[in-house]
Amino acid sequence: MFKSLIVGEGLFSQYVDFEEVNWERIQEATQETLLMTAISVAAVFILGLVIGLLLYETAGKKSVFAKVLHLIVSMFVNIFRSVPFIILIVLLIPFTKQLVGSIIGPVAALPALIISSAPFYGRLVETGFREIDKGVIEAAEAMGANKWQVIYKVLIPESLPSIIAGITTTAISLVGYTAMAGVIGAGGLGNLAYLEGFQRNQPTVTLVATVIVLIMVFLIQDIGERVVDRVDKR
Amino acid sequence: MIRLSNVIKSFDTKQGTLTAVDNVNLSIESGEIYGIIGYSGAGKSTLVRMFNGLEKPTKGEITLGDSVISKLTGKALREKRQKIGMIFQHFNLLWSRTVLENILLPLEIANVPKHDQLEKAYELIRLVGLEGREDAYPAELSGGQKQRVGIARALANEPTLLLCDEATSALDPQTTDEVLELLLEINKRLNLTIVMITHEMHVVRKICHKVAVMEKGKIVEEGNVLEVFKRPQQEITKRFIRQDTDPESEETDIVLAQVFKDYPNGKLLHLTFNAENSKQPVLSQLIRHHDIELNVIQGSIQQTHSGSIGSLYVQVTGDSTEISSVLADLTKMNVEAEVIEHV
Repeated sequence: MFKSLIVGEGLFSQYVDFEEVNWERIQEATQETLLMTAISVAAVFILGLVIGLLLYETAGKKSVFAKVLHLIVSMFVNIFRSVPFIILIVLLIPFTKQLVGSIIGPVAALPALIISSAPFYGRLVETGFREIDKGVIEAAEAMGANKWQVIYKVLIPESLPSIIAGITTTAISLVGYTAMAGVIGAGGLGNLAYLEGFQRNQPTVTLVATVIVLIMVFLIQDIGERVVDRVDKR
Repeated sequence: MIRLSNVIKSFDTKQGTLTAVDNVNLSIESGEIYGIIGYSGAGKSTLVRMFNGLEKPTKGEITLGDSVISKLTGKALREKRQKIGMIFQHFNLLWSRTVLENILLPLEIANVPKHDQLEKAYELIRLVGLEGREDAYPAELSGGQKQRVGIARALANEPTLLLCDEATSALDPQTTDEVLELLLEINKRLNLTIVMITHEMHVVRKICHKVAVMEKGKIVEEGNVLEVFKRPQQEITKRFIRQDTDPESEETDIVLAQVFKDYPNGKLLHLTFNAENSKQPVLSQLIRHHDIELNVIQGSIQQTHSGSIGSLYVQVTGDSTEISSVLADLTKMNVEAEVIEHV
């Protein structure tokens, strides 16, 4: 019993050895993670809206063009939503190399981050559009609204809470993905935790990286919820 | 002003072809309030949706003024729709917009200049009596207030025609009457043609000039409201009228059945009075001039848009020649008398 206590003490002390922590590296890694998350969230938001709109507008239509488009978009969505992120990132290495000229660094992680999350977010957006009362859309059509007016005056404002809740969830999963991307060289907190925490056996660094990621996630969740509350007038 | 000729609308469903609107011919004059009554599934919603091109007829033609709306597409159709207002059973307001913003929506869609938009919207808010509620969201309004917003929104682009799809069906009786009052006032003030879809005869009676009764996609009866109330031809029309004039018809039926059983010699009559004779002492004249006994069972009087209608169930006992002359007298006095043979 006495022995195990000492072991316990040793275990605990491994996590609070702040001597190991290079705070400058932490700051750098945090910035990299924030950068990857911010850019990918912005891109996923726009792409997801487009995908969601395409899915919504082409669903259940009679024209051949709409049917084919719907098939292509939903196939794209289903495939990229299903591929595990870590495999996707490896799969996309040649593509990334072509596109960014490198497979190392935060920017190199972006294609995989965006391609993995945009389809998922697109589905959330589509669901948001579907939940809008059909009568409201009919009312706008009865007023003489054209397709674009229906989209930006009815569809988007009326599904805004789902759109924002969806991007919140997506942003949180993107934070997680940046960590995974970090492991194979994208930089950021995941990279730091892997290289310094795991490979150099410095658990304190891993702990600090974890805490920072957690804070980011909580902040995103909180901001997301606040914005949803504010826009939801139902 | 509005003409429907041989309009057919059918849908392809898994169970085969469903004809929702079956060879309908109608003509509605400018400034009229025209009621279309029918049970749910009669095809009236589909019919009214063809008035603004939300549905296209499978066959036939719909003419509004000088344009054939059933042939318009794209931009021309959208521009025409701006001149046709529509209100709905469930209001269909945007929850994300305030009262003012909801009323601005059709003006934005029609690209009305910004300054004129606000001016028009405030004018409409006054018209429907929602001053002070401009910045409220629909979630903060009562049903009646929501429908007022719906009406204001429908009138924003100064339409010549207003379509009402069960516009009062989600409202309580008191609010229904208030909304009907408002529609009547708008009809008079703006000389706006109104087409009302409903399943309540009460709504037709209150404000419509003319009525068409729809059953299984067909118009089975049509005419002036007062005329139809006085001399309904179809069984379904009689049912709709009864539901309005005698809401407790089931109880009346029980009493009628009882009277039938207890007094087999008597005749049961259903009398319908119109504006001029509903205020005359018809019954006392009958008793004075004929050797009969009269027993009043149920009675009611209703206001229509163009005069009042009275309904009276009476039992007459006396010998058959006497009763025949009673019936003749009633005809002379212009009272509709229907002999009830069975309940």
